[in-house]
Amino acid sequence: MSGLILTLKKELKVPLDASIISPTNLVGKTIDEVKNLELWEGNKKVKINEIFHVEGENKEEDLTIKLVGDFSKARGLGFKMNGGKLIIDGNAGLRLGEKMSGGLIKVKGNAGSWVGSEMTGGTIEIERNAGDFIGAGYRGGRKGMKGGKIIVKGNCGVEAGAWMINGIIKVYGNAGIFPGIHMKGGTIFIKGNCEGRAGAEMKDGKIVILGFLPSVLPSFDIDDIKDSVKVEEEKISGPFYLFTGDLNEEGIGKLYVSINSNPQLKFWEEFLERVI
Amino acid sequence: MSEILIKNGFVFDPLNNINGEKMDIFIKDGKIVDKVSSKAKVIDASNMVVMPGGVDIHSHIAGSKVNAGRILRPEDHVKDFEVKTKVTRSGVGYSVPSTFTTGYRYAKMGYTTVFEPATPPLKTRHTHEELRDIPIIDKGCFPLLGNNWFIMEYLKENKLEECAAYVSWLLNAIKGYAIKIVNPGGTEAWGWGKGISHLDEEVPYFNVTPKEIVRWLCKINNILNLPHPIHVHTNNLGKPGNYVTTIETMDAVKDLSKDGKVSIHVTHVQFNGFAGTSWLNLASGAPEIANYINKNTHVEIDIGQVTFSDTTTMTADGPFQYILYLLSREKWVNADVEAETGAGVVPFRYKKSNYVNAIQWGIGLELALLIKDPWKIHMTTDHPNGGPFTHYPKVIAWLMSRKAREKTLNKINKNAKRRLDLPGIDREYTLYEIAIITRAATAKSLGLKNKGHLGVGADADVAIYNLNYKSLDPSKDYKLIKKAFKQTAYTIKDGEIVAKNGEIVSSSKGKIYWVNSKVAEDIQKSMLNNLKMKFEEYYTVKMENYIINESYLHNSFMLNVQSEV
Repeated sequence: MSGLILTLKKELKVPLDASIISPTNLVGKTIDEVKNLELWEGNKKVKINEIFHVEGENKEEDLTIKLVGDFSKARGLGFKMNGGKLIIDGNAGLRLGEKMSGGLIKVKGNAGSWVGSEMTGGTIEIERNAGDFIGAGYRGGRKGMKGGKIIVKGNCGVEAGAWMINGIIKVYGNAGIFPGIHMKGGTIFIKGNCEGRAGAEMKDGKIVILGFLPSVLPSFDIDDIKDSVKVEEEKISGPFYLFTGDLNEEGIGKLYVSINSNPQLKFWEEFLERVI
Repeated sequence: MSEILIKNGFVFDPLNNINGEKMDIFIKDGKIVDKVSSKAKVIDASNMVVMPGGVDIHSHIAGSKVNAGRILRPEDHVKDFEVKTKVTRSGVGYSVPSTFTTGYRYAKMGYTTVFEPATPPLKTRHTHEELRDIPIIDKGCFPLLGNNWFIMEYLKENKLEECAAYVSWLLNAIKGYAIKIVNPGGTEAWGWGKGISHLDEEVPYFNVTPKEIVRWLCKINNILNLPHPIHVHTNNLGKPGNYVTTIETMDAVKDLSKDGKVSIHVTHVQFNGFAGTSWLNLASGAPEIANYINKNTHVEIDIGQVTFSDTTTMTADGPFQYILYLLSREKWVNADVEAETGAGVVPFRYKKSNYVNAIQWGIGLELALLIKDPWKIHMTTDHPNGGPFTHYPKVIAWLMSRKAREKTLNKINKNAKRRLDLPGIDREYTLYEIAIITRAATAKSLGLKNKGHLGVGADADVAIYNLNYKSLDPSKDYKLIKKAFKQTAYTIKDGEIVAKNGEIVSSSKGKIYWVNSKVAEDIQKSMLNNLKMKFEEYYTVKMENYIINESYLHNSFMLNVQSEV
């Protein structure tokens, strides 16, 4: 394979600020230059050379970086990247792909919290589970992801897509509590179950839940029953209850919940008929 | 101890009537002296401006609500952080910096004394813990007394001497410096889910009015001979048309001026200087307020300038912060209602394009420019309410240069520009006047005899700015002024160089000022007997735990004050 391969020399015991490791930052640098780049390991500055075996070649514009090892303590991998590929053969830590605007990040293992926070473009694929606040804003901030795609093949934690403005999040496993909290746009698709409180304080955007959702927030109103829903280009067949909310925020967000997985939501149909 | 000779600087020392004269300043053992030995370290200040260290009268730098602001705004910290050096600690925060960063940033700007203007008495232990962490600068705090139950009860029963004894005890107990009044009676009404919109409206349960509270505490201030007049944040703050309330509040204590001295300090008047009847026709009430202040001698103000930035508003005015939350739909913390006051914190972004924000910006500057006597004005941004204190250089440039003002005027909301008087005001502050509003008048108002001037015996707190006074045309070179005031060439604190060209070179511990007020023993005794009973009833803490020992302040400076009772 062409591109750079960075293999961890040792187990990371303290947090490593890895935000310099991105195709955008390393493109055009010779192997020696890459080896001498400095980064923080805990409270000490170290050179890439001290932590990684660096091999491969760095010739292409569209650089591919492969990381081998357990990076669950490495933060900010792919920070602000705008192109190229970052493939992580192992786990990734906090803030993976923060503020990225293009390119592809692939994680073969698990990823930490704040995956793709404040991202504006590009794609992040996680083969296993992701932590909390994927596609969210910075802690306390009011602007989440603005574009791009996050795909989680396993489960994700709480508050996926908090303050999300645009883009798409797909979770093939289960999701924690409060997906799409404060969201203003974009799409969140959850194939598995959701712990609850989906779309709290959302103003706009779309949340689709195929699995079990214990209850829908009382600040949502039932709108319709739909046979199918479109997520990107894909048509997902239902049937679905369509809720609108969050009315506390005068929101017009759409929450699609599978009817077949949620018999406990049947009482909502009563309100539907009354409206008609 | 070391000796320093500051050579050939252009000295601005308004309290000693020195206006840009080229002279030398001598420092020995942390004080200004009239000569030093030949061993003294020489600082060549030729082509530089030498001023006493800056004194800030009103800046929220420590205490429970400041910390609530820090907790509320992680996104404020991520964009602004300082890496540790050999002498400084690391820190974060743009509008609500951490304690250490606060001290360093003030020192870099040439400020050496800063007062935290609002501390709930019950939580002042926390305030002192933060104050003693803030390095380099001297500081102090004003306890909030405008909504205190005991004071309102004394007022209801008309027991002036006993109340004075209580205030005296309280200042000693929690090591406060002056009487702060925030929305008198209004914050208490807020605790009952109500509000107060007029000076003569009665506070629920206590049946006293804001006007009575202000007059009462002003009388007590006179009786106790406190160094600083009552420090008042008026009712109706942040509401259109509130300039009337502001003038009424000033007028309420006109007759209480003792020997022609100032009887009231009205704070961040920009926020209390709104004319108009709604947000749509909001206008500047600054001309009316300035007119009143020009005619009277018993009032002084600080401006609370808006600087157009992303900031965090925090006041002990809980009801106002609630209104601000409703307007902005931002995050909101409602705090301190369990203490003797209330407070709120709401993040806020002042925008040039916003009509209301642009008018607010104009009000602050109009106040400073229309009030003729600079000794009645103190420059503040009500940090962080109007903008962070790091924006002071911007404010100085606006005051000193009409051109700088015009440049900003061209960028603000067009309707606001039309409605402001500011474009027609030609006045430009001189460096001498800037020295008055940033240090001399402020130190005088706070009763700090050794601060704000460079006379023999003064504390050796000196700021040396890289500004060539002789070749300077402030109205054109406002960019130079901004740059110079952003960071000093040298900041000297207690005779030690602490900052050099914007770098902290040595970090010392500043002092905490407090007032040791004394009243006659028999009055004190009868008041305490009464108070102990009530304390058991009203408070969740024992009186013994409420009192803060002097040793808790680590490095304190006690100001002895003898009262008239």
